Amino acid sequence: MSGRVGVVLFPGSNCEHDVVEAVDGLGGKAELIWHGTSSLAGVDLVVLPGGFAHGDYLRPGAIARFSPVMSAVADFAKEGGPVIGICNGFQVLTEAGLLPGALQKNRGLKFLCKIVEVRVETAMSALSSVASVGDVLRLPINHFEGNYTCDDRTLAELRAEDRVVFRYVDDPNGSLDRIAGITNEGRNVVGLMPHPERAVDPLLGSADGRVLVRSLLAAAGVLTTWST
Amino acid sequence: MPAFAVLVEVRLRPGIADPQGATIERSLPHLGFDGVRNVRVGKAIRFTVEADDEDAARSEVEDMCKRFLANPVIEDTTITLEQAARQ
Repeated sequence: MSGRVGVVLFPGSNCEHDVVEAVDGLGGKAELIWHGTSSLAGVDLVVLPGGFAHGDYLRPGAIARFSPVMSAVADFAKEGGPVIGICNGFQVLTEAGLLPGALQKNRGLKFLCKIVEVRVETAMSALSSVASVGDVLRLPINHFEGNYTCDDRTLAELRAEDRVVFRYVDDPNGSLDRIAGITNEGRNVVGLMPHPERAVDPLLGSADGRVLVRSLLAAAGVLTTWST
Repeated sequence: MPAFAVLVEVRLRPGIADPQGATIERSLPHLGFDGVRNVRVGKAIRFTVEADDEDAARSEVEDMCKRFLANPVIEDTTITLEQAARQ
């Protein structure tokens, strides 16, 4: 069976059910994985959801990175398994060294909670394969530490290797080069600050996140032709 | 085994924007504190650690900083150590 999406539940996660709903609603099969387990139970794709894992103590993601499940996630990613980090999940992936750079406090020192426009910059990633370059998606952001930064060399690499997956159309938080999401060298690990799982129905204010959830499902092995 | 009192200061690296520091700097003149520059906000982490000697304690704390207490992408640390009085 394919299409099994494991959603890691850390103490303090708060978007795990949004991911489960979005995945199940679009034809996948989501299951929660407690952070204290050391096995991924054979899932096809892992999502690290948004929230405040371990209270965001010390720094967002700093403690979550040591949760037992993270060794399994790192091994899975190393073997090419798709891993998606949304918001706090992105912060965890950078702290764990699975993605480069870091997310610091928003430039304006405000917690941001609004819908922003995000441009798809590459379709070559586990979260954008069904999207097209240049698509502008309306997606919610909901974060205090979303200001992406990295050293010059890393930024040059990200650009040269086409690894910036998403850019904000208008910079909301001070992110370097308006980066909203990136991928690793293998293009199987993707982290982003906006929440595609919360934009899967017009009732939520936008359904633009569907194309990303569908990309995620394609990476998890769900073979369907989509009608949009 | 001797114990050492440790103070780890975690600071944003030079060149990394510090919105908290900038906000404090902008606010100080309103209270009449003029001429304040280069405000940087960090964290202070205090603890005691047991080790054979000061060098061993320092090297353990350096390891903690590198692997956990700071994010080397955006933060620097300074370590202050002194032998703690016996409890």
